[in-house]
Amino acid sequence: MERKIVLEHIDVEGIQHLDVYRQHGGYLSLKKALKSMTPDEVVTEVKTAGLRGRGGAGFPTGMKWSFIDKKSGNPRYLICNADESEPGTFKDRYLMQHIPHRLIEGMICAAYALGANKAYIYVRGEFKAVIGILNTAIKEAYAAGLLGKNILGSGFDLDLHVHSGAGAYICGEETALIESLEGKRGNPRLKPPFPAIKGLYQCPTVVNNVETLANIGWIVNNGGEEYAKIGIGRSTGTKLISACGNINKPGVYEIELGLPVHEFIYSNDYCGGIKGGKELKAVVPGGSSVPILPKELILKTIEGVDRLMSYESLSEGGFISGSMLGSGGFIVFDEDACIVRNTYNFSRFYHHESCGQCSPCREGTSWMESVLHRIENGQGKTKDIDLLVSIASKIEGNTICPLGDAASWPVAAAIRHFRHEFEFHVNHPELIKNIKHGNLEKLDVKN
Amino acid sequence: MSEKHFKHKLYVKENKAVAFSPTTLEKINTIISHYPEGQQKSALIPVLHIAQEEMGGSLNVDIMEYVASLLSITPIEVFEVATFYSQFYLEPVGKYVIEVCQTGPCAICGGEDIMAYLEEKLEIKVGETTSDGLFSLKAVECLGACGSAPVMQVNTEFYEFLDLTKIDTILAELRSKKELKKPEEQTWKERLS
Repeated sequence: MERKIVLEHIDVEGIQHLDVYRQHGGYLSLKKALKSMTPDEVVTEVKTAGLRGRGGAGFPTGMKWSFIDKKSGNPRYLICNADESEPGTFKDRYLMQHIPHRLIEGMICAAYALGANKAYIYVRGEFKAVIGILNTAIKEAYAAGLLGKNILGSGFDLDLHVHSGAGAYICGEETALIESLEGKRGNPRLKPPFPAIKGLYQCPTVVNNVETLANIGWIVNNGGEEYAKIGIGRSTGTKLISACGNINKPGVYEIELGLPVHEFIYSNDYCGGIKGGKELKAVVPGGSSVPILPKELILKTIEGVDRLMSYESLSEGGFISGSMLGSGGFIVFDEDACIVRNTYNFSRFYHHESCGQCSPCREGTSWMESVLHRIENGQGKTKDIDLLVSIASKIEGNTICPLGDAASWPVAAAIRHFRHEFEFHVNHPELIKNIKHGNLEKLDVKN
Repeated sequence: MSEKHFKHKLYVKENKAVAFSPTTLEKINTIISHYPEGQQKSALIPVLHIAQEEMGGSLNVDIMEYVASLLSITPIEVFEVATFYSQFYLEPVGKYVIEVCQTGPCAICGGEDIMAYLEEKLEIKVGETTSDGLFSLKAVECLGACGSAPVMQVNTEFYEFLDLTKIDTILAELRSKKELKKPEEQTWKERLS
């Protein structure tokens, strides 16, 4: 089921440079799109392809594009969301570092489809190396006439720039990203109006994830129908999965959607099984905010059907017994992992990253962290477990942006599936003192 | 975050004259030109990165007011951004800022041990700077390199697949070239242009 679209030719030496990239079919889609297709035809192909947003939400890309306000007369903007900060997710960094032109090619086609003459790549500040690589690639593209005025003689102009963030998870939310790009704090905006109507500088704007845009070139070249043949059902195409945690082969894998989860975890082509021959305990399949699933529910649905790597299959059963494909950040926990400690860790993360704008999230994430800290340190009470469920349910759905949901889901899911571990912590404070994560021993030099 | 920032000398001016070199100013004007006319405020985060790097590793009121004047915005607009983003330091830091990822995927792969070992080796607690001004130790959230956990970042460089022996090597290497700069260590100015 190995199928490469966005990572095609990734192993070719020098593929990050324009000449090598072009020798391998790079930028052919520009000629096709700019010279023989209208912008609306490009949008139609992306709609036919069934491509869905790869940043986590899975919203159909073609539909997002068709919402852009083309009548207002205001300039339109395309922004690439490269603020990859979801714990467990590192696929965009890999893509930009190794094959930056794939993203630039996709962005030029996308900007043409949207009628945008200015585009930005918003990269998280920690990826300084990536920023350097992207700027080099952009320079090469300008020099070859693939960016700038009158691209390939088509009359279409596009300026593309990299914009750096400075360390804020919240800026991955599209309206917070827009605020940040305007030089402000990353406080998400109330929607509507959606960015497609009023986005960057109050102008029509589309924000797409790196991987989403990296698919566009292939779709233009081969057509939406061909793309829709790959994958399964409404989960068309391929997906980059960043696998990490207690596995033998962590890394970024491009899979055809529909691959069985069991195969992904145990096959040597992918994760290669659990490290140290241990037992699988649980998986967070789509970045830290999606619900954690215990072994039995990640491998099979509650009906006993094999779980597949697809938008639909991973969410089968809703949040009672399912999860989400999310951003594809696949975090695997072995039998030794402490779910309480991990849940405390994630809740500390969300407390730290809450922008503080909405009270339920600002206060609630802080309470969840405190209560979990109490339980983790052996001072919890049984009623604290229900208190956590209650706080989580009061944050969810009551905030401007999805960070509130993202903070409450992991806590609610951990208690739903691993309540016994929380109870054990409460009932045996003396035994949990020595639990810690990881066990790095200093290698004895004498041996 | 609040307590730290209230303690900080944010509102104490040192009234030291600060200014970028002409080449840096030129670079900053190029960055401003990336945004539509009248939207020069968009350049704030990139300019703060350059300011922090070229003016001693952290930001103070004088620097922030200078940046505000460059972008024709009010100082408060700079303060609110500088206090929001975790990569801007409002207190002096060491020459090497060691940022250890402490989020889930790194933690389950030994990130907690890395932090404890660094505290022991540097003889400081997280959040502190060594007395010789060489190292600052910080705990940060997900660095987006979970596949090579545990990871840490030292200034611009990522260090991945860490173990305790590697930490010894890295610290020794950094100590030995106190004043040297790695050739691959590009500056913000170089990377943003």
